[in-house]
Amino acid sequence: MNRYPVWKYVVIVIALLLGAVYTLPNFFGEAPAVQVSSGKATIKVDTSTLQKVEDALNANSINTRGLVLDGGSVRVRLESTDEQLKAKDAIQKALIPDASDPQFVVALNLVSRSPGWLTALYASPMYLGLDLRGGVHFMLQVDMQAALNQRVEALTGELRSVMREKDIRHGGISRNGQNIEIRVRDAQQQEAAKRLITDQFPDLQTREVTDGAELRLGVNIKPESARKVQEQALKQNITTLHNRINELGVAEPVIQQQGLDRIVVQLPGVQDTAKAKDILGRTATLEVRMVDESTEARAAEQPGGMVPFGTERYLERDGRALIVKKQVVLTGDNLTDAQPGFDSQTQEPVVNLTLDGKGARIFKDVTRDNVGKRMAIILFEKGKGEVVTAPVIRAEIGGGRVQISGRMTTVEANDTALLLRAGSLAAPMEIIEERTIGPSLGAENIAKGFNSVTWGFLVIGAFMVIYYAMFGLFSGIALGVNLLLLVAILSTLQATLTLPGMAAMALALGMAIDSNVLINERVREELRNGASPQAAIHAGYDRAWATIFDSNITTLIAGVALLAFGSGPVRGFAVVHTIGILTSMFSAVFFSRGLVNLWYGGQKKLKSVSIGTVWRPEAGTAVKAD
Amino acid sequence: MELFKIKKDIPFMRHALVLNAISFITFALAVFFLFSRGLHLSVEFTGGTLMEVSYSQPADLQKVRGTVATLGYGEVFVQNFGSARDVMIRLPTQKGVNSAQQSEKVLSALKANDPDVTLRRAEFVGPQVGDELVEDGLMALAFVVGGIMLYLAIRFEWKFAVSAIIANLHDVVIILGFFAFFQWEFSLAVLAAVLAVLGYSVNESVVIFDRIRENFRRYRKMNTVEIIDNAITSTISRTIITHGSTQIMVLSMLLFGGETLYYFALALTIGICFGIYSSVFVGAAVAMWLGISREDMVKPIKKDNDPSDENSGAVV
Repeated sequence: MNRYPVWKYVVIVIALLLGAVYTLPNFFGEAPAVQVSSGKATIKVDTSTLQKVEDALNANSINTRGLVLDGGSVRVRLESTDEQLKAKDAIQKALIPDASDPQFVVALNLVSRSPGWLTALYASPMYLGLDLRGGVHFMLQVDMQAALNQRVEALTGELRSVMREKDIRHGGISRNGQNIEIRVRDAQQQEAAKRLITDQFPDLQTREVTDGAELRLGVNIKPESARKVQEQALKQNITTLHNRINELGVAEPVIQQQGLDRIVVQLPGVQDTAKAKDILGRTATLEVRMVDESTEARAAEQPGGMVPFGTERYLERDGRALIVKKQVVLTGDNLTDAQPGFDSQTQEPVVNLTLDGKGARIFKDVTRDNVGKRMAIILFEKGKGEVVTAPVIRAEIGGGRVQISGRMTTVEANDTALLLRAGSLAAPMEIIEERTIGPSLGAENIAKGFNSVTWGFLVIGAFMVIYYAMFGLFSGIALGVNLLLLVAILSTLQATLTLPGMAAMALALGMAIDSNVLINERVREELRNGASPQAAIHAGYDRAWATIFDSNITTLIAGVALLAFGSGPVRGFAVVHTIGILTSMFSAVFFSRGLVNLWYGGQKKLKSVSIGTVWRPEAGTAVKAD
Repeated sequence: MELFKIKKDIPFMRHALVLNAISFITFALAVFFLFSRGLHLSVEFTGGTLMEVSYSQPADLQKVRGTVATLGYGEVFVQNFGSARDVMIRLPTQKGVNSAQQSEKVLSALKANDPDVTLRRAEFVGPQVGDELVEDGLMALAFVVGGIMLYLAIRFEWKFAVSAIIANLHDVVIILGFFAFFQWEFSLAVLAAVLAVLGYSVNESVVIFDRIRENFRRYRKMNTVEIIDNAITSTISRTIITHGSTQIMVLSMLLFGGETLYYFALALTIGICFGIYSSVFVGAAVAMWLGISREDMVKPIKKDNDPSDENSGAVV
């Protein structure tokens, strides 16, 4: 009656073994380490890098506890934090000969001390949230309106040049927010312009506008294209943030998209928030525009001058004003690299830019038409633009390799290259949420969470054993298994454990015992009503199951709702809560019954079970079934 | 060991009217405090800046308050957090000022007075995030209530679904009432606790309802009140032990979890206490007022007393 088939025990043993193996890495703690990762998209970290790191360490006779090449980075495990700093310096010296142009990022890190065979089984410790390990958390909101405006502005420019090429006359093209308006003289022209847009601009849609006698063509971006622009803007911002954060040398940054227009950045271990914010907050976008060199524009450069229509006034780095056309030639999207260097003939410092295919084509056209004129590279930060440099175009530039020169010192060339290379953002961003958690607070939180789980567990376990004797012991062991499986699953999933998550763990244990109490009480009741021990055990487990199932499902509904709608700490809580319910169903019902069956199931003539006192009221007063 | 030596069914329902009147008054009071005092929402909801700083000696709150006030913030909130050396500072969002730099400004002002001060934690939340959180919180609440009701209506009976939800919302509103009355800080973690209580407290009702349904099928001669009394009596030992053990865990969080988990654990404690009460006196009584009867339970007459029929519910 109370015997499990062999396969059920096999399932239990396998679950326990897996649970033990995947929980194990959490007990080894962390060792100081140095992490080397690529500082540029073009540089790959491979076995040759590993060799270089090893040589550098050997040359400085630094003992390591192992080197690993893991994905895109090399990790060196070290004995102590002193060694860690020494190793970092040594590696830095060997791998980065020119500090102004770092090829690699060398960062301090912590790696698990768990032995190699565990790592080989993909067993790693739980991923601790920032509230447990310390660090900074930012949530950034991307300004999508600005991204769209920028895109529409670029399309307006293209439209203008294509219409000129095709010789379609118009009375002016202007942009008003995200709407472009083309003034036309007659219906024929309107038709021609319309056809052109349908043929050559798949992103745009047109509508005819008649304002009194005046004919116009309204053009705006298609909704699906707008969505694409927004997606790309977000993606580019994430890439740019990656580049910038790389400069900070953070070991394991988290950069994630959240929702349609948000980015979450987490920098574990970073305490210097000012620097982090400074680098993230450089909400820079880059634009290349032509300088307006007409006489009106020249006049407008003077203080108080009227800025001509279609131009804007920006300041150069030295404070002089420059009148620049509104039309954008190129944006930072088309820039793939920027390096400082020297001109081979004049030996003056220059910045070498590399453009992508589209950028190269546009650049070639623009430079051909504008030899002798000036072109401005403008960097927008927090909505304000500044001219980084405004060189004179000396000749048509093809092939996408551009050299910016003139009036630059070596340091300026370096700075400009760095700014340009760090990439520009496709749309401005704003920090809307920020958290900083000191490392001591993190360590304290771990200790507190750990203490509450331990003490709660011990008290409940003790109570169960006292109250239900042998069955209480089974329940206690089942509870322990529950904890083991919960930690194993959290470690395997690499779900982030936060302080609310630890609270959920404690709560899950408190609630998991409910199933065992239901079973044990039911067994007692069966015994009270005179059932034989074996029958009582059987009925206890079988009939409690439906209740356990129902109550766990309702709790699960709450857990899933929290997962779906929660964010931050609520989600951290919900993950553990939900997994805890699932593991408790396994451990409290399936596993504990396995134990009971093993202990009592084989005894044919079982006279009594050890389940504490079974109190029987006097005959006649007990509730009887009819 | 056996703590519950109950010879006769306890006549819980005899006092239902009085107790329900009391719970109605508690509920009304909770609602009243919610509206009159409102919840003391944390920075996560309202937006603003929260800082936790730590001094090497017990901090002079008055001085800290003065220093922060000179920076020109409207409503500043300075209090001890955990120990006398730790201070929590809350600042409202300031228009025009780069909020990301707020915390640094305050910290440098504090450092000027006492160089020993260190920043333990700083949080800044923009106002748009807070609005979203309120929205998400209400969505989650609606989802939990709807999901549980649907599940109970399918597995049991709509009358049970309605009474379970009334009982559990009663718990939730009372927890909120406590937070409003004492002006405890209502944070995201507390919201998680409240929603967890909702799921947790339903457990309790489900166990009792399961037994009521069971009893309707087994004891044909008993009337509804007797059946409910018997159901509650025979599950009371499990109710107390289960809640007791959960409470032990929560208590352990309250004692060892530190300041961060304090209100979370407190919300759970209230939830557990009222969870027992509400499933016994509110849930079961509402089901009684709604007029549950044998006919509701034995509708799908297939095999009336077959224990292997999963729809027959559990016996606890």
